[in-house]
Amino acid sequence: MKSLYRGSLVRLASVQPDLLAKSLLKWDRDSEAQRLGDFMPVQLQSEKKIKEYLEKREENNTSYRFSILTLAGDVFIGFTSLWVNDWNLGEAWLGIFIGERDYWGKGYGTDAMRLIVQYGFMELNLRRISLGLHAFNERALKSYLKVGFRVEGRERGVFLRDGVRYDDLVMGLLREEWLEMQNETNTGNASKP
Amino acid sequence: MFGIQTQLFEAQDVRFGPIDHETHPEIESRWTHDEEFTRLMELKPVRPLSPAMVKKQYETIEKDMDEQKNLFYFTILARDEDRLIGKALIEWVDWSSGNGFIRIGIGEPEFRSKGYGSQALGLLLRYAFGELNLYRVTAVMPAYNEGALRLFQKFGFVEEVRRRKAMHRDGEFWDIVSFGLLNAEWRKSDWAQG
Repeated sequence: MKSLYRGSLVRLASVQPDLLAKSLLKWDRDSEAQRLGDFMPVQLQSEKKIKEYLEKREENNTSYRFSILTLAGDVFIGFTSLWVNDWNLGEAWLGIFIGERDYWGKGYGTDAMRLIVQYGFMELNLRRISLGLHAFNERALKSYLKVGFRVEGRERGVFLRDGVRYDDLVMGLLREEWLEMQNETNTGNASKP
Repeated sequence: MFGIQTQLFEAQDVRFGPIDHETHPEIESRWTHDEEFTRLMELKPVRPLSPAMVKKQYETIEKDMDEQKNLFYFTILARDEDRLIGKALIEWVDWSSGNGFIRIGIGEPEFRSKGYGSQALGLLLRYAFGELNLYRVTAVMPAYNEGALRLFQKFGFVEEVRRRKAMHRDGEFWDIVSFGLLNAEWRKSDWAQG
């Protein structure tokens, strides 16, 4: 069996509210990054407030959350989660955020995506994984397509910032599609994107 | 055209009203025992609710309306006798971008497929666009809810998202479809002419 938590560039680790609060305090100041990842208005909050929120969040067991650490140097670069809204439907919503800009566009996020998707299908036994993104987030779109997600729709003008209307995209990956991809990778038929 | 004088909560055969904590729990409890209805309305596992449980839900709804300011809930009443026949709501309103999710259901079987839902949707859209000034609304439903698909299409909704095989019931899989309607599209349609 493949390692559940170790990829080729990153590993998934537990979330530590005090460490995450410190990083969020820093990452939150990067409004461009926040706006790429968030659907709600971005805000600045105190370390105390963030920590309280994160601790309270731990009580909610419908989400599976991980820190993303680099294999080289153990740098804490972001976080990712699966939120299971309805267990009866076997569906979870995926979220991922890489706060450290030095690690953008170099495959770290995609590597973390592969791990959390594998966790969703192989440990949570999900049937499908969904995610949403702003259509202007091209880096994310490229990464999600690489992992196997397909665009399932476009919500017209649903995001308004700086007076400009943007579309949001919804993407989905079915368990059988993902299994098929693993098969191709193992037999060497993979068409590397 | 709708104007400031046009009643917001009155249509030809239906009107919008508030929750009545005395009489409505009994009626809605009856609806929850009708799985055909609840499986059209809910994506979550359905279960029959006692009047006391419904009453508790109503309290949560009114608390959220009060505190979150992103939920607008109406009961649908037949105009003769003010009889409760359904519910209509706008939820998860995103004020910064002007989007809200709408849901509508006629719980009383003899009032289904007779145009009551259509009148109620007309009221709900006018409220969303004419009172809340939303930019757009979204409606999400399983693809087997053909009545709803037809109703939303009639009002000019456009299919925007199709989450493949996201619905799983009775051992079968269906897509979950989401429809969007822009305020500007609604304003140009016959439905906004009053």
